[in-house]
Amino acid sequence: MKPGAVISEPGSTVRNRTGGWRVFRPVFDMKECIDCGNCWIFCPESCVSRSEEGEYSADLDYCKGCGICANECPTEAIKMELEEK
Amino acid sequence: MREMLHGSKAVAKAVKLCDVDVVAAYPITPQTPIVEYIAQMVADGELRAEYIMVESEHTAMSACIGASATGARTFTATSSQGLAYMHEVLFIASGMRLPIVMVNANRALSAPINIWNDQSDSIAERDSGWVQIYVETNQEALDSVIQAYRIAEDKEVLLPVMVCMDGFVLTHTMEPVDVPSQEEVSGFIPPFEPELKLDPEQPVTMGALGEPQWYMEFRKQQDEAMERALEKVKEVDLEFARTFGRGYGLIEEYKTEDAEVVLLTMGSLAGTIKDVVDRYEGVGLVRLRLYRPLPVEEIARAIGNAAVVGVLEKDIALGLGEGALCTEVKKVCYDRGLETRVLSFVCGLGGRDVRMEDVEHAIEVCRRAAKGEKVSPTTWLGLREAVP
Repeated sequence: MKPGAVISEPGSTVRNRTGGWRVFRPVFDMKECIDCGNCWIFCPESCVSRSEEGEYSADLDYCKGCGICANECPTEAIKMELEEK
Repeated sequence: MREMLHGSKAVAKAVKLCDVDVVAAYPITPQTPIVEYIAQMVADGELRAEYIMVESEHTAMSACIGASATGARTFTATSSQGLAYMHEVLFIASGMRLPIVMVNANRALSAPINIWNDQSDSIAERDSGWVQIYVETNQEALDSVIQAYRIAEDKEVLLPVMVCMDGFVLTHTMEPVDVPSQEEVSGFIPPFEPELKLDPEQPVTMGALGEPQWYMEFRKQQDEAMERALEKVKEVDLEFARTFGRGYGLIEEYKTEDAEVVLLTMGSLAGTIKDVVDRYEGVGLVRLRLYRPLPVEEIARAIGNAAVVGVLEKDIALGLGEGALCTEVKKVCYDRGLETRVLSFVCGLGGRDVRMEDVEHAIEVCRRAAKGEKVSPTTWLGLREAVP
């Protein structure tokens, strides 16, 4: 614990897996996807990625389930589904 | 070199001698001349510092926080409403452990609006994690600013320091002041080199979230730093005395030995009280110089043999019916098992003169209490008896 709560190691935030905060998870339907990239641009957690084949997915270790990707998707290809454990 | 100086100019000279890098300030009476003198020094090229003109005290302190985080030596000054406006950022400065030094020219808080001296502004910030030093003279104001940087920047401390001086009584009054040379001061204060600072070469995060599983530990660290600050204030003052021939201690005791009645106060009022005490037998004075951290041990030792302690202070803890310092002196007595009776004397609010007669009245009340007579726990000195 550094005085003043200074974090002296860059990039340590990745250790904080915020996926546990999620109530709804984004589910991507690639049949509806037009590859506009809005979900990738707007994700505040930067956890949406695009594969080489043009498929989108969210990294569920960090996705907090905010739903911004689903809201921004022009073709409603992303649905927010309740997490059930 | 001895010079005739207003308290505000003495402070400005100290800031220059400390080779401050960044000054961010907003003018407010009675602090104004301090920042005017500094602005002039920067404009004239006498002080090579960045002078940031800001639109509020909240921003003044925020700018000091940012500058200090990069490793710059920073200074600001304020009074009253300005200090109140800084309130939330004061906690950030101390929580981030940034060694900012600020002079507070003590002034009453509104309403009713009042620009004159009392100490309710800085006493209201007693829990903000700042070291607080109250000075009696212009010389002590200059010396305390120099000491403040040594205390604040010490690696064992790393806390912001507030030097409190009575508005007008000191800021606008001239006294002969011994101004040390640049060489002497530079030799006393090493350059500020924090281990961690905002530096693109070595990135760090400051001011991040502290979740419930860590927050308490950081507060505990701060409280421990305060404990170490007490020793450091003592050490730095001793070294200052060896270097410059003047020292002040954590408290100043005046004729307290064998005194049945001890008066206790902070700031310039001590001067008047010393004159009154000289006319009595068995009456002494303790001038508390360090208010945060509170020097419990030193106070207990100084008042331990007295029957009655009268705390004369320029603040009122509304709803408690006594001054805040009085409550703390009671804490000292309780913790140390002292049977000393502690009485509150509220005085000098909003610039009301504290006359020698007022101090005499306080002594008479304390003496009656010492004889076992029933007296009120709180007395307001110099209050109008019949208000139309």
